[in-house]
Amino acid sequence: MSSRIEILNEGGFRSDGRRQYELRDITIDMSQQGTADGSAIITHGLTQVLVSVFGPREAKMRSQTLYDRANINVEVSIASFSTGERRKRSRGDKRILEMAATIKSTFEPVVQTNLYPRSQIDIFVQVLQQDGGLLQACINATMLALASAGISLLDFVSAVTGGVHSTSPMLDLTALEENDIPHVTVAVMPRTGKVTLITMETRLHVDRFEEIFKLACEAGKVIHGEMRAAIRLRTGMLISAMQSVSQNAGEKEDEQMYEY
Amino acid sequence: MVDITIRKRPRAEAVITQRKFFKKTARGKIIKVLRERYLRDDVSCGVLSCTECSGEAVLSLDAHLQHKLFPSGHFILPDTNVFLSQMDLVESEMFTTPMVLLQTVIEEVRHRSLPLYNRLKALIKTEGKRIWVFYNEYRMETAIVRGEGETPNDRNDRGIRKATAWYSTHISSTHRQNRPAVILLTEDAANRRKAEAEGITTISLRRYVEGMINATQLLDLLAAAGSDEIEPTKAVEGRQALYPDYLPTSTLLAGVKAGDLHQGHFNADQYNYLEGSVSVQTFSKPILLVGREHMNRAVQGDVVAVEVFDETEWMAPADEVVDQDATLKNDDADDSGEEEEAVVDAESKAVSTSPSSNKQPTGRIVGVIKRNWRAYVCHIDSTSLTSSNSTSLSLQTVFATPVSRLLPRIRLRTRQAPTLIGQKILVTIDRWGNTSRYPEGHFVRALGKVESKEAEQESLLLEFEVPYRPFGKAILDCLPPEGDNWVVPPKADGNLAWRDREDLRNLLICSIDPPGCQDIDDALHARALPNGNIEAGVHIADVSYFVHPDTPMDSEAASRGTTVYLVDKRIDMLPALLGTNLCSLRPHVERLAFSAIWELTPDADIVNVRFTKSVIASKAAFTYEEAQIRKDDPNLRDPLTASIRLLNSLALKLKAKRMAAGALNLASPEVKIHLDSSESSDPIDVEQKEMRETNSLVEEFMLLANVSVARKIQESFPATAVLRRHLPPPKTNFEKLQDILKKRKGMVLDISSSGSLAASLDRCIDASQPTFNTLVRIMATRCMLSAEYFCSGSVGRDTFGHYGLASEIYTHFTSPIRRYADVLAHRQLAAAIGYSPLHASLHSKHHVERVLDVANRRHRMAQMAGRASVEFYVGLALKGRGEKQGVKEEAFVIRTFRNGVGVFVSKLGIEGLVMFKRDTQFDPDNYTITVPSSTKGLGDVMISVFDKVVVNIEVEKDRNTQRGKVKMSLIEPVDSRAL
Repeated sequence: MSSRIEILNEGGFRSDGRRQYELRDITIDMSQQGTADGSAIITHGLTQVLVSVFGPREAKMRSQTLYDRANINVEVSIASFSTGERRKRSRGDKRILEMAATIKSTFEPVVQTNLYPRSQIDIFVQVLQQDGGLLQACINATMLALASAGISLLDFVSAVTGGVHSTSPMLDLTALEENDIPHVTVAVMPRTGKVTLITMETRLHVDRFEEIFKLACEAGKVIHGEMRAAIRLRTGMLISAMQSVSQNAGEKEDEQMYEY
Repeated sequence: MVDITIRKRPRAEAVITQRKFFKKTARGKIIKVLRERYLRDDVSCGVLSCTECSGEAVLSLDAHLQHKLFPSGHFILPDTNVFLSQMDLVESEMFTTPMVLLQTVIEEVRHRSLPLYNRLKALIKTEGKRIWVFYNEYRMETAIVRGEGETPNDRNDRGIRKATAWYSTHISSTHRQNRPAVILLTEDAANRRKAEAEGITTISLRRYVEGMINATQLLDLLAAAGSDEIEPTKAVEGRQALYPDYLPTSTLLAGVKAGDLHQGHFNADQYNYLEGSVSVQTFSKPILLVGREHMNRAVQGDVVAVEVFDETEWMAPADEVVDQDATLKNDDADDSGEEEEAVVDAESKAVSTSPSSNKQPTGRIVGVIKRNWRAYVCHIDSTSLTSSNSTSLSLQTVFATPVSRLLPRIRLRTRQAPTLIGQKILVTIDRWGNTSRYPEGHFVRALGKVESKEAEQESLLLEFEVPYRPFGKAILDCLPPEGDNWVVPPKADGNLAWRDREDLRNLLICSIDPPGCQDIDDALHARALPNGNIEAGVHIADVSYFVHPDTPMDSEAASRGTTVYLVDKRIDMLPALLGTNLCSLRPHVERLAFSAIWELTPDADIVNVRFTKSVIASKAAFTYEEAQIRKDDPNLRDPLTASIRLLNSLALKLKAKRMAAGALNLASPEVKIHLDSSESSDPIDVEQKEMRETNSLVEEFMLLANVSVARKIQESFPATAVLRRHLPPPKTNFEKLQDILKKRKGMVLDISSSGSLAASLDRCIDASQPTFNTLVRIMATRCMLSAEYFCSGSVGRDTFGHYGLASEIYTHFTSPIRRYADVLAHRQLAAAIGYSPLHASLHSKHHVERVLDVANRRHRMAQMAGRASVEFYVGLALKGRGEKQGVKEEAFVIRTFRNGVGVFVSKLGIEGLVMFKRDTQFDPDNYTITVPSSTKGLGDVMISVFDKVVVNIEVEKDRNTQRGKVKMSLIEPVDSRAL
């Protein structure tokens, strides 16, 4: 019974053994997924999201093209096995549409759309596993996928959820915690310090808001570090791979040359 | 800024860092749940001298070397069963051994009993206790997972053992010298065996306590049940039915008709929540229902069908006080479907009945014919909360404890439980399924903080179903458009107001009322006639001139039934404009009245009586005190004073006649609350109401008027006259009082008629105790039935009589402003004297019956609300008087129980209960209870009914529910606080 679990016990531990300001384990996988131009899988604890980015490319529908900038198209799908209770969500589900719109509006000010006029960037978000912090995972995964697709961005975007239990703030909530306490999701641009998204569906006391907000911004920077490291690693691998490919190619040329 | 980090969870260890389980929802759906867990190495062990763990620590080694078995110092690590069965011991101030409390143990306690969990939580915070909570499930070395086929209980035991083993090695690695022992305390022999096999020091709680230096005191606290009988929690699968199913309605109705079943209202017992009774016509005594199962989910006021057992199974009511709050304090709101053995044990003990001979028909409820559920004023029981965090939005199941002791606790699911603590709330019962021990209800609204006057007042009104909304527009539109400026129009032939009215404006009429009375509905006059006789007149406000039948105002007044007087508020039956102004017979103003005028001989025999509508102008409005002073002042010779004296002389004779006819002089505990000022309404003192001669003067004339009117309307409308009667009490009601009086005081109560009862009551005098007679009268009053309105055509002519007044016919005529029955009597009287035709509705027996049913109920409720309001203010006054130690007052014992006595404090007009925790010798036949004396060396003290004792009265709030209650404890002859 979920009400039986203490959100934050007297010893300062949360129900999963973390302390207030500890984030869940993050794993990032940026390997190639099919034909996507960029893709990433991010895992926050037991929440896992796969994002594939296509584009910039010509829009399928002429009506959607904008003459001076790129159009960002976000589609979200949630796997029916992602939660404990199997539940099929249709594409037209209000919650899904809302989430897609939120992701879109988060990235519109970050992606340098004016560099890609008359084109479209497709972002396909697939939720594989859910355990709280869904929006945060979607945004972080989208960020990584956009980066791996090589799309020009003004800054990083990193999102994190913060909540407050009684008067103690806490970060990166699980589904259990999200059900019980008021929470906000904040997406920050860590280098410029700007905030591209803040969303809240529960009631939160105005006195607590500022504290959580600042904390979430701070936590965004920590996640940023993690994401940057992952991108560096991936890029490093790609570069070394490319070097070895070009070396191999050179060798073949040499071989061909030797044939003569 | 705080340090934000990312915890890493090695995927390779997913076996112990991830937990997968299936859970079944309320709807029966299966859900797979996956949870992760972050294991750490920085969970501190809490030992002060530990070099490895940082952070705060409470477990010190000094001064705990006194235990016989462990001379080199030790910590204890108790198992869950220690807390489940021996919480009292652990809570004791003398139990100070440093203790390691495992997270596993806390969770298990929480799972088994929330109240115990809350006590445990309080215990951890208690000063002087050295308790370290070790989060073993989060520590890398001590975390475990449940194995294949392992029960949760076994898993927890294993976890506890593993933690103990870890502690031992951890301490030995940091303490080279004088290594303290870590001892696993458990009551479970199997667990002890396993622990010993693993090389863990383990011991039972009893043996541990035996070795302590203050063993003698502590061993007393050891609960007897502390053996190995604790079983793992049963799975709540397929909850068994706790109550038998109800029979189908058709079977019930057929059974009632055939006489196999009996139908009646269910009454819960206010002293013993496991007993109830149903009064039915077949038996002279009410049918007793013993135990939850036989009461079968009936709630106070429900109409139920009862099956009566064979006469061999009949029982007498238990003579014990069983308090629901005390017995069930460790009950859990979530799992009440599960029978918890402790509760069942306690209950079966409580149900045991006394062997005394007062057998009563006993039965069980087989069905409910009509539920009488309404919204109840409740408090939330704070120990039933799973989380008291005020921002928590989680859905919790909690207990709501109704203010009324007659009702069971109600289970409530709410998301705002934490904010409702300390508030009065309104809860309605939704259902009571046979698998659930308690009814389920829902939250309606919050009334406000406990003890705030507004909340208390509103809760009173709601509890007694007093309609208190302001009057609506349609009702106010029925008032005369002139409003406050309305006056009796000038006398002229064509004027409707003057039609057939006598002009009595020049009579010397005055009114006598309690101080501060605003709704003056009666006034009097008397003058000597030339023939030597005396003319006396009673003038009642002519409410029926303003309130016409079949108007919104009339139907509202009918549904309100009566004006309700609370200590600090009056809830009017009629809009204030009528009540306090236009109908109020204020002095020096012309007012319309309905007059009853008698010609009486100087011996107060009625020569004749006439009734007439009139216009009067009262000359003065006295209080009882003023009138008394005026009457007694020999210097005053004015005609008004003379008429008061004349009235008084008649009243004395009328009273003497009434008494001679066998009227009862009853008593009820009436007290008066002095309020500080009208605004603050803080009570400053309580005193008993004083009775003056003038009170009796007004009373006699009102009785006279009521009786005369009753005769007149009964004569004119034999089928539908609105009358009031008081049935003679059944003889069985007096049996107990007679028995007590005979055995304790050697006095005899003759109840053969009201006259003989009155006479024998007069003889019940104890010279040493002047208030004794009043006490007996109060107790006698309680044995009687209550008076009721009835329609003359609905009952037999021989049952019209009024027992208390010894009058063969009676009605209410004199207070139409505050009682609706009087308004009806006015209309009937007006028709009887040919002033106006009788409205069709008053010709209908059915209609009159229905209206009077409402009036009866409202009247009863209003009385109870008034009494409860006084009680509340007495409580406040007590609190003001004795902030800390309470108030000492003399009291009489009025009832004895196996484990306590009921006392009555006459000075404050309140009743209370003194409970003894220790065993007492109880003699139900002689109504005595023998308790050991508080000072050692002296013998036992016997307390019996009618004994005068001194009690200490405190108002205390129930810690869990914030329900204020008056707590009494004996001071003389014994101090019961020590018992």
